[in-house]
Amino acid sequence: MNVLIRGAGVAGLTTALELARRNLSVTVVDIRPSLEGSASWFAGGMLAPWCERESAGQGVFDLGRSAADLWEAALPGHVLRNGTLVVAPPRDSGELARFASRAGGGATWLDEAGIAQLEPALAGRFRKALFFPGEAHLDPRAALSSLQQMLADRGVSFRFAQSGDLPAHGFDRVVDCTGAAAVGETRDLRGVRGEMLYLETEEINLARPIRLLHPRHPIYIVPREKNRFMVGATMIETDDAGPVTARSMMELLNAAYALHPAFGEARVAETGAGIRPAYPDNLPRVTALGDTIHVNGFYRHGFLLAPAMAGEVARRLLADTPQPERLAS
Amino acid sequence: MLSLYGTDVSSRLLLGTARYPSPAVLAEAVRTSQTEIVTVSLRREMAGGKAGGAFFEMIRGFGVQVLPNTAGCHSVSEAVLTAKMAREVFATDWIKLEVIGHHDTLQPDVFALVEAARILASEGFRVFPYTTDDLIVAERLLDAGCAVLMPWCAPIGSAMGPVNMAALRSMRANFPDVPLIVDAGIGRPSHAAAVMELGFDAVLLNTAVASALDPAAMAGAFASAIEAGRDACLAGILQPRDMAVPSTPIIGKAVFQ
Repeated sequence: MNVLIRGAGVAGLTTALELARRNLSVTVVDIRPSLEGSASWFAGGMLAPWCERESAGQGVFDLGRSAADLWEAALPGHVLRNGTLVVAPPRDSGELARFASRAGGGATWLDEAGIAQLEPALAGRFRKALFFPGEAHLDPRAALSSLQQMLADRGVSFRFAQSGDLPAHGFDRVVDCTGAAAVGETRDLRGVRGEMLYLETEEINLARPIRLLHPRHPIYIVPREKNRFMVGATMIETDDAGPVTARSMMELLNAAYALHPAFGEARVAETGAGIRPAYPDNLPRVTALGDTIHVNGFYRHGFLLAPAMAGEVARRLLADTPQPERLAS
Repeated sequence: MLSLYGTDVSSRLLLGTARYPSPAVLAEAVRTSQTEIVTVSLRREMAGGKAGGAFFEMIRGFGVQVLPNTAGCHSVSEAVLTAKMAREVFATDWIKLEVIGHHDTLQPDVFALVEAARILASEGFRVFPYTTDDLIVAERLLDAGCAVLMPWCAPIGSAMGPVNMAALRSMRANFPDVPLIVDAGIGRPSHAAAVMELGFDAVLLNTAVASALDPAAMAGAFASAIEAGRDACLAGILQPRDMAVPSTPIIGKAVFQ
């Protein structure tokens, strides 16, 4: 079977991997000239089913629980299993208990000494924290690049800068993974704007994603290689994809500074804004329309949920298509 | 029936639309609360001048009255501009006017609030001002053209519940004919019942519902509490006294000891 996948974000590439593993012939097209610039490119890359259950509910937990294992199997060495640390400014420390109860388990409470042991850079800055040891993270950009390389090695062909609709003839099936590009076309799909920035400083080292709770501006900071820290992310109900606003940047920087004053001297290496595609329940869906299977609505859970959804797409694709062995039986 | 600027509403619960886990959960909370008025923040969802797209569309789809707000505005001009955008986006002259004086405490800047209310009322807006429990500020807002007041009972999102019952009671007593809606600071249904028992006309909720473990269930709990508080107020509440009073008259004893 010849399958065309539209969209080379995390949904498109994980679907390509699932199909390639089943020995289907796969072509991936994207309107962009490279992997850069998709919502996945700006993602945090946190594989945090417990922390996400806090706001997103049980559905995300069930689908995302195995994400770290699936990524590790697909891209050995990319997944960092250092857990997640959740802290709150002293006057908002009540938020921690609320967060723990909504996350519904998976966490242990740390005191000052426990925090210092885990993240020496944060020693003395917070009196209490939640630690989710079962969580993991990866670098989305490195993961996407490695995945593309691996897929290419397996014979998946890529065509970038494909403007307009690449004719689907010559393909048996099409999988649409175009994400936010389908906002306005796909029923009930909306865009939720996210803004992020990269800070660069040698003054501080972190081993794991840190979530800073705040009643109005919760943020996370994810350490990356080369002294870089990704700070994210706003959630604004609009599909405007323009550059980061001053207000959002202020909120992100304020939060980073509250986590550690060393971030005040960091360089702002990059800012970015992307549109997360989301359905009303903020959970992804696989839907079939004619010969096309759409998988969309990953919201803020692309890397967490894409592996599970890719498996679902592959199952749907093969179940819908008459298989020779099935016909024979 | 409560009348707000000539519109009769039977539900005395107003619901904010921010910070729900998902729009689907929000929609469910709107249903279980049986609210007839939802507030929506324009400022935050207007990045790039685009009007919240699908999210606003969904809110319009609830089929209830939309009360846009100017949350996040810190000056008169900002609030007035946001109100005008809201009028276009939601085709309503209702505006919940917030002018925040302090970024951290979200305390209203009552001086700017009165000025913004005056401008908006003169331009035909039906202004619902978010204010403190100060009586003189309340008078100035009425003078400025407001016919509804929305005092806090505690800071926004604090969930403290009514921190100054005396001030709320005196507000009710001073403005017996003005619809008074408690806007901010409610944390639990008993808080809402308490202010309704005082004779307040309605309660506006957001965080207490949106941040509950089960927002839809909490919206229903609040709806019941608000109704109970209202019914109790109408029924006439027994005032506390220092002496015990037997509920069953005791016959055959000397009357005075």
